[in-house]
Amino acid sequence: MSVAERPLLQVRDLAKTFDVSPPLLNRVLQGQPQAFVQAIDNVGFDIPRGTTFSLVGESGSGKSTVARVVVGLYRPTRGSVTFDGTDLASIRGRRQMAPLRRRWAMIFQDPYASLNPRWRVRTIIAEPIRVHGLAAGAAAIRRRVGELLELVGLSAADGEKFPHEFSGGQRQRISIARALASEPEFLVCDEPTSALDVSVQAQILNLMKRLQRELGLTYLFISHDLAVVYHISDYVGVMYLGRLVEWAPAHALFTRPQHPYTRMLLEAIPDLEMSGRARTPVGGEVPSPIQPPDGCHFHPRCPFADGDRCQREVPATLDIAGGGQVRCHAVAERRMPPADTHTRGG
Amino acid sequence: MAADRTTAPIHRPGLAGAIHRGLDSDVFHSFKQSKVTMLAGAVTALYFLAALLAPWIAPHDPYDLANISLMDSFLPPMWMDGGDARFPLGTDDQGRGILSTIIYGARASLLVGFAAVLLAAAIGVTLGLIAGYLGGTVDAVIMRVAEVQLSFPAILIALLIDGVARGVLGGDAEGNLAFAVIIVSIGLSFWVQYARTVRGSCLVEKHKEYVQAARVIGVHPGLIVVRHVLPNVLGPVLVIATISLALAIITEATLSFLGVGVPPTQPSLGTMIRVGNDFLFSGEWWITLFPGAALAVLVLAVNLLGDWLRDALNPKLR
Repeated sequence: MSVAERPLLQVRDLAKTFDVSPPLLNRVLQGQPQAFVQAIDNVGFDIPRGTTFSLVGESGSGKSTVARVVVGLYRPTRGSVTFDGTDLASIRGRRQMAPLRRRWAMIFQDPYASLNPRWRVRTIIAEPIRVHGLAAGAAAIRRRVGELLELVGLSAADGEKFPHEFSGGQRQRISIARALASEPEFLVCDEPTSALDVSVQAQILNLMKRLQRELGLTYLFISHDLAVVYHISDYVGVMYLGRLVEWAPAHALFTRPQHPYTRMLLEAIPDLEMSGRARTPVGGEVPSPIQPPDGCHFHPRCPFADGDRCQREVPATLDIAGGGQVRCHAVAERRMPPADTHTRGG
Repeated sequence: MAADRTTAPIHRPGLAGAIHRGLDSDVFHSFKQSKVTMLAGAVTALYFLAALLAPWIAPHDPYDLANISLMDSFLPPMWMDGGDARFPLGTDDQGRGILSTIIYGARASLLVGFAAVLLAAAIGVTLGLIAGYLGGTVDAVIMRVAEVQLSFPAILIALLIDGVARGVLGGDAEGNLAFAVIIVSIGLSFWVQYARTVRGSCLVEKHKEYVQAARVIGVHPGLIVVRHVLPNVLGPVLVIATISLALAIITEATLSFLGVGVPPTQPSLGTMIRVGNDFLFSGEWWITLFPGAALAVLVLAVNLLGDWLRDALNPKLR
């Protein structure tokens, strides 16, 4: 990394295991074993201040789990999350966490579930202000809520309404207003546009880009939509079955993908110029995360897998020339065809 | 939809706005749709009025010993031979008018029913929220206790608690204390279904993104439960409360019928049915029939209201 400034967020060797065992009684009586899901395993990346880092991957790849660990909804099983120089694991108790919580916020996927249906919009947006004590008195809070609503393109009078009176895109604007209420530096966006119509998606993405410019925000952006990711990202990480298989600056990743899985994903993007022509579909199913394949998780679907090393040995992290990292034996052994043959479009 | 609903909802602040929203809500419209529900609502309201206004509308006060005379005992209803216009539905073995006793008895039944339901709901909702939100060992302990209690009939639990309380309190368990004992015993035997329902809803709500959003902001877990989760799990509680109000009234009647309920000097509907039961085979059928019918109509009306409320609050059935 050639960033002179300290990254706002540093994630190192992050792992999160969920216990999905059947209840104790079933285990004892029926002899069922304990079961664990390795939702994320050995994930590491940096997010420089003022940039957007996107995580992409199929369903179940663990990208949402990374987001939830980063904002403290889940405690990591292993590894560390460092926010602006502070290791989150070193913080004990809610009270000490509060000053940090003010500095980040999260935007959720489902605009219908992320707003309490029984609260008025002004109460919803005021919640971070009240919790962190950022404005004194009802009049000051009301004024601030009005400002926030106008910042996201709604009117101050909308605060009196209930969430069900708004469309999906408007609700997502309310979510963004609530996220901005505590004047955070860092926003975690968990698929914020995937529940919206395409035309509304563009509005929300443009709003997010404008807010990033105006407020100097840093984004961790979770998505499975590569077109959206290309539009908004500075850096892109690709996850597969809980591992970050490749990350790189956005332009480099889209023009010179290294990992076979990244190449497969890029091949699968619908493209007007390509319509009617045969394309390589993403072959095979994602294996069960309860019993992931040994070695490189991707080897059963990988066209470049060899019969031996890929099945036994977890690939090490390899620096890519020009920034980024990749975890693949085929890349390390230079068995891959040159990446730039996969450049899209013209 | 009705033509008067074409106007967009207006949001007025304060009580006037709340009343306006209440009258414009889907729930109220579905109330007006069903004649049976309106009838049940009217009957229930009538019982409440009668219970509240008992001293003014009852022909006489059956608790006032100066008012009753043994000479008037076992009088049949007024339209039968030997009936007396002062006692439209006849009198019981002590000369108390059945109509007056029913009106006062409805008071005791509704009081015990309501207080017991409130107590059961308070205990059940609290434990259900704690179990559902915290999960883990706390959840397991609370829900195992609930399941053990659920494997006994509620009436048995109420009898047990009632018996223990009477044993502890001894002969003092008379008058108002007897009311308290029966309310607590019914309340403690009814909390389980609230706890189970609320726990279930709480498990659903706590994984919704608005609760996660509050956690990311750093809201205190207690406040999340009270301000976010509780308002969103109250719908089913309201339905159970209505249905278990009828159950609580029946349980009180059963306990009184078994002779462990409210004191005989302040008869409830159940006490009257028990007293009348002794004379059923000697021909004085009115002593037990009229209170029984009054109880049946009340329970039916409240149950119908509960059924309607359950459907009205279920968005899938609208």
